[in-house]
Amino acid sequence: MPEKETLPPLEAVGKPVRRQDARLKVTGAAKYSAEYDVPNVKYGFVVESAIASGRIKSIDTTAAKQATGVIEVVTHLNAPRLFPIPNEAMGTKLTGDGGLSEMQQPLQDDDIQFAGQPVALVVAETYEQARYAAHLVKVEYDEHKPVVTQEEGLKSATLPESFGGNVKEALQVKRGNTSEALRNAPVRIEHDYNTPIEHHNPIEPVSVIAWWDNDKLTLYESSRFVEGMQKVYAESWGLPLDNVRVMAYFIGGAFGSKGFQFRNGIITALGARVVGRPVKLVLPRQQMFLYAGHRSPTRQKLTLGADKNGKLLATRHESAIQTSTISGYAEPAGRGTKIIYDSPTMELVHRQAHVNLPSPCPMRAPGEAPGVWALECMMDELAAELKVDPIELRLRSYAETDPQTGKPWSSKHLKECYDKGAKRFGWNKRKATPRSNRDGRYLVGHGMATTMYPAEQRRAGATATVYADGHAIVRSATHDQGNGAYTTFRQISADALGMDLEKVHFELGDSNFPMSPAAGGSVTTATVGEAILKAGHEVRHKLMGLAVDDLQSPLHGQKLDDLDVKNGRVFLKSKPEVGEDFGTILRRAKIDPLLTESAAEPSPEREKFTFFSFGAVFAEVRVDEELGAVRVMRLSGVYDMGRIINPRMAENQLHGGMMFAVGATLMEETLYDPRTGRAVIRNLADYHLPGITDTPQIDIEFLNIPDPHMGELGARGLGEIGVVATTAAITNAIYNATGKRIRELPITPDKVMAGV
Amino acid sequence: MQPFRYERAQATDDAVAAIAAESSSRPLPNSGATGIALLAGGTSQIDLMKEMVHRPDTLIDIKRLPLSQITALPGGGLRIGANVTNTALAHNTDVKKNYPGLAEAILSGASPQIRNMASTAGNLLQRTRCPYFRDLVAPCNKREPGTGCAAIGGINRVHAVLGASQSCIATHPSDMCVALAALDAVVQVQSKRGNRSIPFAEFHRLPGDTPQKDTMLEPDELITSIDLPAFIGNSHYVKVREKASYAYALVSVATALEMSGGTITRGRIALGSVAHKPWRPERAEQMLTGKKPEMALFRQVAEAAFDGAKPLEYNRYKIPMGKNALVRCLMETSELMPLPGPAGTVFAASAGGAAGLAGDGK
Repeated sequence: MPEKETLPPLEAVGKPVRRQDARLKVTGAAKYSAEYDVPNVKYGFVVESAIASGRIKSIDTTAAKQATGVIEVVTHLNAPRLFPIPNEAMGTKLTGDGGLSEMQQPLQDDDIQFAGQPVALVVAETYEQARYAAHLVKVEYDEHKPVVTQEEGLKSATLPESFGGNVKEALQVKRGNTSEALRNAPVRIEHDYNTPIEHHNPIEPVSVIAWWDNDKLTLYESSRFVEGMQKVYAESWGLPLDNVRVMAYFIGGAFGSKGFQFRNGIITALGARVVGRPVKLVLPRQQMFLYAGHRSPTRQKLTLGADKNGKLLATRHESAIQTSTISGYAEPAGRGTKIIYDSPTMELVHRQAHVNLPSPCPMRAPGEAPGVWALECMMDELAAELKVDPIELRLRSYAETDPQTGKPWSSKHLKECYDKGAKRFGWNKRKATPRSNRDGRYLVGHGMATTMYPAEQRRAGATATVYADGHAIVRSATHDQGNGAYTTFRQISADALGMDLEKVHFELGDSNFPMSPAAGGSVTTATVGEAILKAGHEVRHKLMGLAVDDLQSPLHGQKLDDLDVKNGRVFLKSKPEVGEDFGTILRRAKIDPLLTESAAEPSPEREKFTFFSFGAVFAEVRVDEELGAVRVMRLSGVYDMGRIINPRMAENQLHGGMMFAVGATLMEETLYDPRTGRAVIRNLADYHLPGITDTPQIDIEFLNIPDPHMGELGARGLGEIGVVATTAAITNAIYNATGKRIRELPITPDKVMAGV
Repeated sequence: MQPFRYERAQATDDAVAAIAAESSSRPLPNSGATGIALLAGGTSQIDLMKEMVHRPDTLIDIKRLPLSQITALPGGGLRIGANVTNTALAHNTDVKKNYPGLAEAILSGASPQIRNMASTAGNLLQRTRCPYFRDLVAPCNKREPGTGCAAIGGINRVHAVLGASQSCIATHPSDMCVALAALDAVVQVQSKRGNRSIPFAEFHRLPGDTPQKDTMLEPDELITSIDLPAFIGNSHYVKVREKASYAYALVSVATALEMSGGTITRGRIALGSVAHKPWRPERAEQMLTGKKPEMALFRQVAEAAFDGAKPLEYNRYKIPMGKNALVRCLMETSELMPLPGPAGTVFAASAGGAAGLAGDGK
């Protein structure tokens, strides 16, 4: 376990430093993947399969090839052959049941597994030429009856073992004898909760520019997993890893997409290989509903058994989830249920349907978003049944230790979150009886929920390069998907090196940089931050060593323990005026620049604890019941997420997460035709995302208590926790307003006004 | 999109001559789907061209024709040039003062950017939001006559409950047209054959067995203006949707009430997103004449307005929601309930949603 004494003095960390790339973004100077001016680039457009299941009988590309500007039409008949998608990348299982990725390589055979599946790539001189010619490709099919609905898919359900191959993320779990405990429980409630397919819909569509230089492949891709893509692309072509480079300097949002969809990069590279020119592929919004992943729908049955006071005795959470026929991705809907409350018996089941639809993938808070919504609504139902205050009910099953493993929490201050949140929100003004709070034509309701998110850490590396002119560059192959990574890592880098923020630059988004995991799972800050700190320590150590060894240095002969570093200067702790700046040390040593590379991995100490962030969320809604319209008026959240690196960035992430939940609760849903499997919702006029006029007052407090076991920074991730349970707080508030339990998302006006 | 020729019309007569020639060689409905099509704001047309739903071979740009004025009509009323943008129309002082329901309807639609581009005549000619209309693989009698209707038996959540046919269950998506219908606007058109006036209620049509034809506009006709007759009374628009901005209506209602001494002398109602055209329930309207405004009356009127409504698998909600929206709109138009926001703004027209921003009439 790292000693707290080794934590560098934090100057920049903890400050509300403004977003470092804000000006670049608002002025358009930030270059996104599609915006690079690669000489002689050609444009690709994907031809979609008309059917959801079957075989291609024939493809006639004659007319397309004759169209103006068309260079080539790549199909399974002329595409280079590829090796299979590797089974794992950077420790994450990609293929098989529970894997995160699709197993089908594009344009390799005549097999069709979903409507919209790429059957050809048209490459032309211009985007419009490619798009038009895509309509001229004539395909004949041998059509099979597709399996489209979840009901049908469940007839041959699988039971996936784990999420992403992580043994700690088991999907079929039993703790004690749940059936017996439920039978004997004085209070028992059981309800079904359903959630729809949702799409991430980042504002930047998936974009790739790929080109070959002999057997070297380079890509600009809107990717939050540059090293995973590097590995998958290299293995697909049977190339050494170093032959592939993937760059993603700016990402216009991902939310779980853009990480495990390898098809888009591979098909672009296939096109580039065939035409011998760089090829650019930018998915139109309609194809974002096909090739960018989505959140699996869920049908959940939850059963709670409790004593007369509401203390949980048994929890059963059965989830029917859904994936495609070419992916084993398993939405871990029950994962939150395992740890959130002290329930002596617990059973989790995940039954997986495989259907002929596009593949799902992680989406911000995979599992927790649908699962904790359901559980936290159930807790509200139990509280209402027993006429116990919802916070009090939760305290009666408060988990003092991890209920699944019995391990202590690394740090948990959830009670403080409830307490502070209730005060901030004015929970005591809530009227417990539904329909008893009116404001003119509106019914007013208040609801709350517990939120949580695992605080994982992975392995990562970083380089620190210090120049004699007094500036430094720190690099890691991590990503800024809008999460503020450029800003927070610059802050951490400055403190790690003991330099001023202005003198330190942080670079990311290049697979040539030191290893970093996918930006996801709320692991980025805690993972890459540790690698940066470690690199910083080594730089300090080297600089101090150079100084004390150097006869000309005023620090010559001093003990390292007596030295400190600050503002780019090494000095004597006892006499700070004795010292010299980094540049002087390096120039005399004739080292410019000083390069350090280090890697950090999670400490074995982690095995002793369970790491989670927690929070309490409160919502106020106003319901125009006759017309079914719900407006979220206020959201309050108090969060326990360890040390806050940058309160401004953190608040931004939480606001975004909470608005993500407003969308999921009230409006987001993608529908596929139950007969054909074709996307019925496939544009942003029909897929409703919340806008500024849907945005409530959002009030957030961070406890900001560093986690003593979470590396040196003591920071847990916060990219996803804002989504989790905010949905439930809103749903519970709608119940409080209307007396109506709506157990199916999204809660659209037709459902709210039903029966009025 | 399919390659096309682009021309900019220099004068209204040139545009009329161009579509006359087209109409004689290919007598297709002037939907902009094939042949020569006119381009004004392009906010819907260009989208449909990108998706290959519309495949015109020639676009004649009429944006710069001198059809962008709003002028007073002799004897009252307004003449709105075909090219007046949605934004200009919604913020016109006379419209805000005398036809606030029209401003509310326009501001409830699309986004500011789209309204800045979209034209008045183009709004009348926008195509349905039936998702199957935009899926080239799906059968669609509106897109390709004779192929069938995928929405029947499909996901028909946004489809018609009134006036639909076995060929087509699509709805007209406009907000503005619902208000224009309630205000008895008149569509002025020009062709080489001469000029004519089409009453708004007759401009859009029901699908019958020719759903490819949205309107009664002939292929050789150009809309030059929309006339609003003089109106002294209250007009209002209510829209129900999943989000507070940039969403098509689940249902919407426009009402126009003329009052004298506490009784309604004339009431007009148009329902949006329930039929292939803005729906004028005449019998329901007549029930208002000579009556004192009150909730009980409005409930009866709402029942009558949806007389004969036939729900599909997924749009059953539209009937009760439409009735409630109509009652609400009549209550607010007759001032029995306060508007949820200032008249003539989106806040007045919003149920829940953005209404929260302006407060409950506070």
